[in-house]
Amino acid sequence: MKRPGLGTALAVVAFLTFFLGPFLWQVLTSLWPDGELTRPWPSHLTGANYQSVLFGRPFLWAVLNSLVVATLTTLFCLTVGASAAFALAKLEFRGRGLLLSAALGVSMFPPIATVSPLYLILNAVGLRDSLVGLALPYTTFALPLTLWVLTSFFRQLPDELYRAARVDGCTPFGAFRRVLLPLAAPGLATTAILVFIFAWNEFLYALTFLSTPEKRTVPVAISLFASEYKEPWGEIAAASVVATLPLVVLTVLFQRRIVSGLTAGAVKE
Amino acid sequence: MSGGGSQARERRQAYLLVMPAVLVLAVVALYPVLAALWLSLHRFILVFGERRFTGLANYVYLFGDARFWSALGNTAYFTAVAVTVELLLAVPLALLLNRAFPGRGLLRASVLVPWAIPTVVSARLWAWMFNPDYGLINRLLGGADINWLGAPGYALHAAILVDVWKTTPFVALLVLAGLQGIPEDLYKAARVDGASPWRQFRAITVPLLKPALLLAVLFRSLDAFRVFDAIYVLTEGGPANTTETLSIYAYKTLMRSGDFGYGSALSVMTFLCVVLLAVVWLKWLGREEGRR
Repeated sequence: MKRPGLGTALAVVAFLTFFLGPFLWQVLTSLWPDGELTRPWPSHLTGANYQSVLFGRPFLWAVLNSLVVATLTTLFCLTVGASAAFALAKLEFRGRGLLLSAALGVSMFPPIATVSPLYLILNAVGLRDSLVGLALPYTTFALPLTLWVLTSFFRQLPDELYRAARVDGCTPFGAFRRVLLPLAAPGLATTAILVFIFAWNEFLYALTFLSTPEKRTVPVAISLFASEYKEPWGEIAAASVVATLPLVVLTVLFQRRIVSGLTAGAVKE
Repeated sequence: MSGGGSQARERRQAYLLVMPAVLVLAVVALYPVLAALWLSLHRFILVFGERRFTGLANYVYLFGDARFWSALGNTAYFTAVAVTVELLLAVPLALLLNRAFPGRGLLRASVLVPWAIPTVVSARLWAWMFNPDYGLINRLLGGADINWLGAPGYALHAAILVDVWKTTPFVALLVLAGLQGIPEDLYKAARVDGASPWRQFRAITVPLLKPALLLAVLFRSLDAFRVFDAIYVLTEGGPANTTETLSIYAYKTLMRSGDFGYGSALSVMTFLCVVLLAVVWLKWLGREEGRR
């Protein structure tokens, strides 16, 4: 490894400051004593904002709601998507390319384009103001993501595995379930992380479809902090840190997987 | 190896395996888009239960609606500026991440932090940074009192900055994947021939990176065009609608005014703009591929 030149070092510092600085400032704000925000620097650090966010507000409910919706979305997409991704990667059938392009096209939809009909459908079947009902429209974007990432993982598994399983008397479905699916476990994990993060972060549908305050997800709860109370910046910062920390930990732990998953669909082999 | 019967069976099973995914996509994507188109041909006020077919009346109104044109202009401006800045930052960042230096792992993990943060949270975080009285930006400017989110000239640019902060990492990853696809041998050969680093960048990196760049621009411009979360949290489209994008205007029409007919027409127009953008970009991508 060469010693980095001054230019490289400066560039690294500049990028680190730009990308991490605002987040660290938010962390500092969350520990800043209330009433001292007008000062240039806090006199001491406090956990009071966390205490009032976690126990003085229904914020923990929002965290729980987000966990439920994100988990449901992830399970649903993996269940529906895994078999389809296997077929897209390993089986010959007409419309294969069309399906993948369609999935990519759908993932580029502006979500606002489907809001009005989805609102009416969910209302009609009584699922509008519910977490289960919210997971359904989330698949609009989560399922294409699942298909693309998983298909590229199945493609990386050698065709010989599939053929050998077939020779041994497995049906195509048997080969998928007994041989390829267990081997695709790392791909399933990567997909699960990406879908989970997407569902955890989603805002427009959650804002539109959920009307009961107790059912709000984390992004909706954070966005509505101000309209209900007087801009409590310290508490907003604390809530932001709580909402973000699991994702940051997840991302740092699995950065390699996430990077390969994110670029899987984008780079042609 | 396998007979014709086995192949037919394989194909049958393939259709069964993709069927659930196809059905789900039809229900959550295809049907709603068609239904939105149908709704947009109605006068439909949710609370009054008023609903009647009015043909293209909503679209006729839309073409004369100054607020629509202003929202379209804001969206286009937001998309063009945000994507350009993201690309200008992402290429050097990707070049940096592609080199071996101590702390590269740290940098790569750090750039993923904004990507992982929910957009709503990043907008909140920046709203605090932009706070006119105690925000970090005005503090760093030596106690300036610029009202970043309240002044018409600044607000849209503030929203662009939030988008740049949040999505440059993703663009950089796409560019990085493109960089890693360039064979190292090309650079070796160029060095043997005595080409300067700048020459290598111009003659090897730029042309071979072009497909990855175009792809990144395609993804990002379609994504930026549907911007909602960041702007809704930062300004809700204000001040004086100067940050109102198509998604925000459509959302307000649907959910605040309860006008599902005109709101759907705005949604359909947003959708059509995205389709148009995609077609134009794909055409260009196709031409580039054909040229190589």
